Amino acid sequence: MAMQIIQKKPESLTEKEFTYCPGCTHGIAHRLVAEVLDELGVREKTITVGPVGCSVFAYQFFNTDATVAAHGRAPAVATGIKRARPDLCVFTYQGDGDLAAIGTAEIIHAANRGEKITTIFINNAIYGMTGGQMAPTTLLGMKTTTTPYGRNANNDGYPIHVSEMVKETKGVAFLARVKINTPQDVQKARKAIKKAFLAQLKGLGFGMVEVLSTCPTNWGLDPASALKWLDEHMVPEYPLGVFVDKVGEEQ
Amino acid sequence: MPKAKGMIEVNQERCKGCGLCISVCPTKAIEFSDAFNSKGYHPAEAKYMDKCIACSFCYYICPDVCITVYREIESA
Repeated sequence: MAMQIIQKKPESLTEKEFTYCPGCTHGIAHRLVAEVLDELGVREKTITVGPVGCSVFAYQFFNTDATVAAHGRAPAVATGIKRARPDLCVFTYQGDGDLAAIGTAEIIHAANRGEKITTIFINNAIYGMTGGQMAPTTLLGMKTTTTPYGRNANNDGYPIHVSEMVKETKGVAFLARVKINTPQDVQKARKAIKKAFLAQLKGLGFGMVEVLSTCPTNWGLDPASALKWLDEHMVPEYPLGVFVDKVGEEQ
Repeated sequence: MPKAKGMIEVNQERCKGCGLCISVCPTKAIEFSDAFNSKGYHPAEAKYMDKCIACSFCYYICPDVCITVYREIESA
């Protein structure tokens, strides 16, 4: 009897250890992107555009060429790269403080222009790197360091639904919202991320996947409870699903 | 039906001891190690490998990509 490796670290990740807190699902999203790059065989011609936030070091983790954009401007930088080198595969990896707050204009217009780039949007309803302040995606009633009594709609407005806004633009070829808090959902998320890359590689248009993610440190929960909290609180506010799919069935 | 036989390896230095693999393992084959790694965490340890069924759940949920999964294959 011999042992055969069935799962191991994908080639598109470097040996560098992730700088995220224990139990942060950023790492799962990184791995899924890397697995998709491996599977599609585009690692050698991929450019990662990093964000500002916890994942600002994405360029150290992905074994691809990479750059980091100014806060929120990753879709604009990716647009430039893709237009200069249409043969390359360009993706941005952004959190909710980056994409949903300061970068709202960039993402909406990149989607509306139908830029052939892929965006992985990590939504964990809080600012992670800066210490747990309220993000635009923070749920109503959720306690953060800047909303110590819970987010109040009168004062702080309502949680922003980025996917529902991007859905209305004409240039989108693939758009889905997934979660990564169980092994089964991780596999579904992988399929969605693959399609978002195929939308770009087939030249169909803009591809985006919103990944509901956890932030155990700033939510004040242990990692396993944070996975449950995501199911109980985030999924009702941000319903999962595929909003746009012009890619069709995979071959 | 015979169960698939599997084995996992956890990279003890890379592991941050978040315990997510332990929370999803259907056969409770993984436990925290008693030892510390150089970061000061108790890493997850593949303790009861006779129970492992090579389902890869731990690999899917591991946020630090520490786990390698093996499955036994019939050798001809």
